[in-house]
Amino acid sequence: MAADTHTAPKMPKTPETPARLAARLELHGYLADEGTATAAYLALRMSRPLFLEGDAGVGKTSLATALAAVLDAPLIRLQCYEGLDAAQALYDWDFPRQLLHLRAAEAVGVRDVDALEAELYDERFLLARPLLQALQTSPSVLLVDEVDRADDEFEAFLLEVLSDYAITVPELGTIRAAQPPAVVVTSNRTREVHDALKRRCLYHWLEHPTFEREMAIIRRRLPEATESLAAGVARAAQALRDQDLLKPPGVAETLDWAEALVTLGARDFDIDVAASTLGAVLKYREDTARIHELGVAALFAAAAGP
Amino acid sequence: MTSPTGDVTATMVGFARTVRAAGVAASPDRVQAMVVALDQVDVLCRDAVYWAGRVTLCASYDDLARYDRAFAAYFAGIRPTRLRPSFPSLSPAAEWRPAAVARPSYDHRAAEDADHAAAAATASELEVLRQRDIALLDAAERKQLHRLLALLDTPAPARPSRRHQPGQHGSVDVHRTVRTTLCHGGETPRLLRRRRRVRPRRVVLLVDVSGSMAPYADALLRFAHAAVRRRRATEVFTIGTRLTRVTRELRQRDPDAALRAVAGAVPDWSGGTRLGELVKAFLTRWGRRGMARGAIVVVASDGWERGDPTLLGEQLAQLRLLAHRVVWVNPHRARPGYQPLTAGMAAALPYVDDFVDGHSLDALERLAALVSVAGSSGGRRA
Repeated sequence: MAADTHTAPKMPKTPETPARLAARLELHGYLADEGTATAAYLALRMSRPLFLEGDAGVGKTSLATALAAVLDAPLIRLQCYEGLDAAQALYDWDFPRQLLHLRAAEAVGVRDVDALEAELYDERFLLARPLLQALQTSPSVLLVDEVDRADDEFEAFLLEVLSDYAITVPELGTIRAAQPPAVVVTSNRTREVHDALKRRCLYHWLEHPTFEREMAIIRRRLPEATESLAAGVARAAQALRDQDLLKPPGVAETLDWAEALVTLGARDFDIDVAASTLGAVLKYREDTARIHELGVAALFAAAAGP
Repeated sequence: MTSPTGDVTATMVGFARTVRAAGVAASPDRVQAMVVALDQVDVLCRDAVYWAGRVTLCASYDDLARYDRAFAAYFAGIRPTRLRPSFPSLSPAAEWRPAAVARPSYDHRAAEDADHAAAAATASELEVLRQRDIALLDAAERKQLHRLLALLDTPAPARPSRRHQPGQHGSVDVHRTVRTTLCHGGETPRLLRRRRRVRPRRVVLLVDVSGSMAPYADALLRFAHAAVRRRRATEVFTIGTRLTRVTRELRQRDPDAALRAVAGAVPDWSGGTRLGELVKAFLTRWGRRGMARGAIVVVASDGWERGDPTLLGEQLAQLRLLAHRVVWVNPHRARPGYQPLTAGMAAALPYVDDFVDGHSLDALERLAALVSVAGSSGGRRA
């Protein structure tokens, strides 16, 4: 139940306040706002999975990567898709090796049948898939990416793992995490995830960053970009997000765009160069057409500066 | 109890009640999680309390605005009950009648005894009723129609799933085969096979509830109710001047209660239509994220568009790229000499896979069959 979750052992090296966690995240290149830092901090402190939603490209996956760096723990990632089953997410038996072992035992002429049977289902023939790996590795950060792409059946066994941090293998018994992994579950909201799963998690909606934060992110990730270029790209991205596009650019696209401009040797935000590299930031033909219709020059005039 | 300076737990329980009154389903275990979370942050810091409450009490994006409202209200000293009126209250059944039910040629029937007409109909009467235009039915016939609509069979269309199940034919199931081999001491008795499971295909209904559709909207929503009750993978929206998701309201067992709930949730009953904008809103908020992907999308509307018809055309082109099949139901289509001349209808037609009429029970039954057959077929034009 919820009451005993906070008595579970906590992650070592968890910073003491949300602000400290934000500072540690920043060291690893992730600029978290107050809400994100508090959500991540509470998830670590309360040993609860963090359920992240938000538009594509706002940094859901990179938060998990940064958390792994802060905790100095390996990141174990499970990419979800429809039809994902227990053999791919939890564990599987290494059947070919089991067969080899059986043949070898026959060749030698084993008498003790019970012992042979026990050997066949030994842990060394168990292939750990991401969820089991995360329980066996302490500490670790488990990223269950795009859980909305998987189907209801998968949610059912994810639920079991996330509530007890244990997996039961019928032939071996229950494997329990010495220390629960930090879990980040992301969703793009292509469908509503079942309430039972959400109830186990802390919920956080990631917003697009503000202008200042986005500029700081560009400067942080691309030290080659000049301040004027970073400001221009950030302002242009904010302008694009106001344009009612099919796919408003996320931070990931902004970074791609800034990188494209840096690669072209731009030191300032130039409207013509920006127009020729729109492909880095707009991913639908309709969106590109719409921006050209509105007039690239007018839209980016503020971004280009005086 | 509502004073934030009191005991923290009491304050927080009061806050949770306010949040619940604002419409966030904050269950007791969520409230407990919030109390645990508050233990970890600085409770004297307003922002910290805000975030600790938000990550524990909210479960979806829709909850966030409600939470913000409750948070602002509670810490301004407003009691939970005062928040309620801002939510749609269910209006009694009597208030919700489709406006202006046109029955020009059947006025003499209105005087007839309702009980007499509501008595069990014979087979031939049923057959007549099935073919009759819904807009022209009197009260007793309407009642009969509602009973039949509640019983309407809407078989679920199926699509192949990515999951497998044991089968006689199909590809070799390596897992099971090897497992059996182990059981037989390394001998393979026979190859076991597996085949694709099938899953229900999603059906999305967009029902126009504007003034021009008023005589039919009631029956179409009852049709939607039958479909929602029958299977989980059905989503229903009403379109008029606003887009409203009514799937949850229609989940109730009793059709009349479900329709009352819909009436309470839909703010734009019998208003105008902005089809293009609303189809766009559907695509942005739901469709493109996945609801329309591979689904059968049924638009029930007469195509009267107050806005720009080219926008409707563009949006339907988008919808068609996402959906498995786009079906347009127009109750006026069955009228003698009907031509799709309304600007909206003309703009939409090039992107519609099936254009059918929905004016009678018979037509709705055929629609249910079409959805089932079209959904289960592989190709778009099957």
